Amino acid sequence: MASVTVKHLWKEYGSQVVLENLNLHVADREFVTIIGASGCGKTTFLRMLLGVEQPTKGQLLIDGEPVPAEPGPDRGIVFQRYSLFPHLSVLDNLMLGLEFSGSRWLGKLFGARRRVALEKAESLLEAIGLHTARDKYPSQLSGGMQQRLSIAQSVIREPKILLLDEPFGALDPGITADMHEIILRLWQANRMTIFMITHDLKESFQLGTRLLVFDKRRNDPHEPERYGATVTYDIPLNRKKHSMPLASLTAALAGP
Amino acid sequence: MPRLVNLYPSSGGALALGALPFLILIAAYLFGSATRLAENPDDKLLPAPSAFVETLKSYAVEEDRRSGEVLWWLDTGASLKRLLIALGISALIGIVGGLAIGALPIVRSLLGPFVAALAMIPPLAILPILFIMLGLGEVAKIALIVFGVAPCIIRDVSLRAGELPKEQLIKAQTLGASSWLLATRVILPQLWPRLIDALRLTLGSAWLFLIAAEAIASTEGLGYRIFLVRRYMAMDVILPYVIWITLLAYTMDWLLRMTRARLFPWAESR
Ligand SMILES: Nc1ncnc2c1ncn2[C@@H]1O[C@H](COP(=O)(O)OP(=O)(O)OP(=O)(O)O)[C@@H](O)[C@H]1O
Ligand SMILES: [Mg+2]
Repeated sequence: MASVTVKHLWKEYGSQVVLENLNLHVADREFVTIIGASGCGKTTFLRMLLGVEQPTKGQLLIDGEPVPAEPGPDRGIVFQRYSLFPHLSVLDNLMLGLEFSGSRWLGKLFGARRRVALEKAESLLEAIGLHTARDKYPSQLSGGMQQRLSIAQSVIREPKILLLDEPFGALDPGITADMHEIILRLWQANRMTIFMITHDLKESFQLGTRLLVFDKRRNDPHEPERYGATVTYDIPLNRKKHSMPLASLTAALAGP
Repeated sequence: MPRLVNLYPSSGGALALGALPFLILIAAYLFGSATRLAENPDDKLLPAPSAFVETLKSYAVEEDRRSGEVLWWLDTGASLKRLLIALGISALIGIVGGLAIGALPIVRSLLGPFVAALAMIPPLAILPILFIMLGLGEVAKIALIVFGVAPCIIRDVSLRAGELPKEQLIKAQTLGASSWLLATRVILPQLWPRLIDALRLTLGSAWLFLIAAEAIASTEGLGYRIFLVRRYMAMDVILPYVIWITLLAYTMDWLLRMTRARLFPWAESR
């Protein structure tokens, strides 16, 4: 269970208003995709859900409780880059989450408990097609392989919420289809609520059950930092029926 | 004709190029030595190669008449022992201090400025203090080296810890890492290669402090011997000792480099 409620949320950095009066309710197991102009505060919103940034005003609740002020295993994250551990092999990168939870002082598992963890990690490796690279180091992987590993690494502790910040932004368009399949499969298997930032409109329609568009409602040309962004479009997506064709939605978004 | 910046020597060519400066130096020495000795057979400044062979025999093979020891190895053993103990202590202080300062903001605020200030004190300036407080024995010499290199190692290692991408540390926390596990499983393992780099970089100053301490108060050691025979202008002893020290330092550097490549293959730049 992981519903997210946002009530009158404001985020300011000094005199710069980044987000203003955000109101939102996201149900459990929703796949929310987020798009918006560069610098409008999408990452900031994700970082607040993660617990590394605090709201200036208003409330950010997960299952009715305020988001803890530091990251925890209930909220997984995949960044665009740099979230693998370069000193660990592919398999050890994946095992790390299980080793953290199973061994408080050594952070290492042995014997029967290690075998159980190993089995889980290896089946996940199989699922993301990285079982042949299990002994390689992250720097020996391609960008797509690194991101697949990073996603698998984030779901191995079975977080309630998975946060994705342009996870495929640095990848070749050719390989994103595979990535989409993997993320959808993991989403269905793990019963998570997903928030995913993307700059690819098509991707946001293909993956999400709900699309949020972040934008400024007001703008002062002389003082661009005066007003923040908020959710200007909140579009339910029925991915089975594709009720509204992509082209007309794109047109609707470009409207005002 | 390709640009000069794209011109690479063959592997044999690289070897020959690398050897060239050494050969030129040796040739220049032999020439200089021969001319000076032709003018004045008693010249002590640039002894002939035969003089080195004689000295090497009396220092490295034969026992010293007074002490009954083979001086070359006595000096080498004493110096290496001091140096290795001091480097070991410095490495330990460096990794523990660097990790604590790099990983914990509170410790960074507490010790960061202090270590930065310590690193600025010229170690030789406090050598008298060390001799007064710790006596003229081994402890003061080792303390001088540690004082000279440990603050630099702490700084270097903690800088590396600070360079780790924030994303990595956040990710580890979302995987359930406590501060302890974050330090021991994520940060520390990534600091070892940098510790080795820091040791390699401080090796030169470690030798400097060792020789300085030995020159001032010692009864054996490579630095002690060089400064002892200086009184007799015994270039035939000083030069082989200097070459030997260089060789030892070079070997230690090479061993550290190999250890790094062997133990931390993931940290090799490719
Ligand atoms: N720590 C910070 N201190 C001050 N200002 C910040 C900080 N973090 C972000 N900002 C500002 O907040 C605004 C929103 O940044 P954010 O990273 O959330 O944008 P974004 O929507 O993710 O953009 P992009 O699509 O380019 O990633 C930017 O104007 C940025 O300058
Ligand atoms: Mg962003």
